[in-house]
Amino acid sequence: MISKKSVEIWVGVFVAAGLVALAVLAFRVGNLTAADVTNGYRVEARFTNVGSLKVKSPVTVAGVRIGRVAEIRYDPASYQALVVMNLDGRYDTLPTDTSASILTSGLLGEQYIELEPGGAEEYLKEGSRIRLTQSAMVLEKLVGRVMTMLIDKPADNKK
Amino acid sequence: MKIFQTLGAIVVNGLERVGRAALFLYEVVSGSWVLLRRFYLVIQQVFAVGVLTLLIILVSGLFVGMVLGLQGYNTLVRFGAEDSLGLLVALSLVRELGPVVTALLFAGRAGSALTAEIGLMKATEQLAGMEMMAVNPVTRVIAPRFLAGVAAMPLLAAMFSAIGVMGGQVVGVGLLGVDSGAFWSQMQNGVDFHDDILNGVIKSVVFGIVVSWIAVFEGYDAVPTSEGVSRATNRTVVYSSLAVLGLDFIMTALMLGEV
Repeated sequence: MISKKSVEIWVGVFVAAGLVALAVLAFRVGNLTAADVTNGYRVEARFTNVGSLKVKSPVTVAGVRIGRVAEIRYDPASYQALVVMNLDGRYDTLPTDTSASILTSGLLGEQYIELEPGGAEEYLKEGSRIRLTQSAMVLEKLVGRVMTMLIDKPADNKK
Repeated sequence: MKIFQTLGAIVVNGLERVGRAALFLYEVVSGSWVLLRRFYLVIQQVFAVGVLTLLIILVSGLFVGMVLGLQGYNTLVRFGAEDSLGLLVALSLVRELGPVVTALLFAGRAGSALTAEIGLMKATEQLAGMEMMAVNPVTRVIAPRFLAGVAAMPLLAAMFSAIGVMGGQVVGVGLLGVDSGAFWSQMQNGVDFHDDILNGVIKSVVFGIVVSWIAVFEGYDAVPTSEGVSRATNRTVVYSSLAVLGLDFIMTALMLGEV
């Protein structure tokens, strides 16, 4: 018969190991640490097409992530998509004429929003709207445009 | 007529067993507050169902992770996406394999032992003896075992997933030469705390309740003979495995439902 003390030690080790494993899953495997945007402020932008942008997609400036997409919904008044971004409070010096474009990482990667700072004197605050936006590239439309260009070009040359 | 009678008897008996099991669960849960004063009983059972199951869980987890690494690499490399190996291994383990395989192993290793122990206590009239001494066997014998099973299962599943990811890393990064940075960063970008890890934990808690419930009920309800105990043990493993796999489908469908 195993003694009471060693049973308790073993159970203590067992529970501690289990909690450590949960912590490893949460912090090392998952993104619990990276998910938080500290003291975030929200800005919104309207796009004619958001492509496959999703809630929690990254928002970057110069390739560095400074926030995440918080909300995407359809705005029936303007027939556009309204995207709300949650930006990190440490980066609150983006000019009001910053432009937002939806880009794709890699050829078939996930989509993200790239912000390009402008030159205005005032900064974006909670609830501001980014007016200069560029929608996502839709592959079919792009192919269509390339096709018309290819067809038009030879016609121009003949003139 | 005879056929209908047999069919009716099967249905009525089955329903009766389900009803008894539900009442039994209520009795166990409502009687378990007494254990706050004698918590050592639960600790003892956590040792029996948790610590002694640890070895099989850790070894299986390591090998399942390593196999996932090998198989995943072979498939992903066809699409040039071997950098996503970490994500594939982590998601498969955290969402599905961790809770499910742990529950199946737990039913085979700890559940069957619980049933055999309780069934044998019944067959040798130890439970009846306790009642003679005005000790309630449900709170003294059953409830600590049930609670220990419910508490141990999520911890075991977490350890299974964690060591599985390590196994995948050993094979992917160490053996097959996937870039270590890509392995971890893709994993951390793709695994969501709430949607993936928390849902996996919820699954393992539910499996813990179901497997422990079936195990203690089958033991308590066993026919008190050698054959009866052997059949009860058998039923525990079969029923828990079926319940785990069935519930897994239902829970996965509910959790992925909004996507």
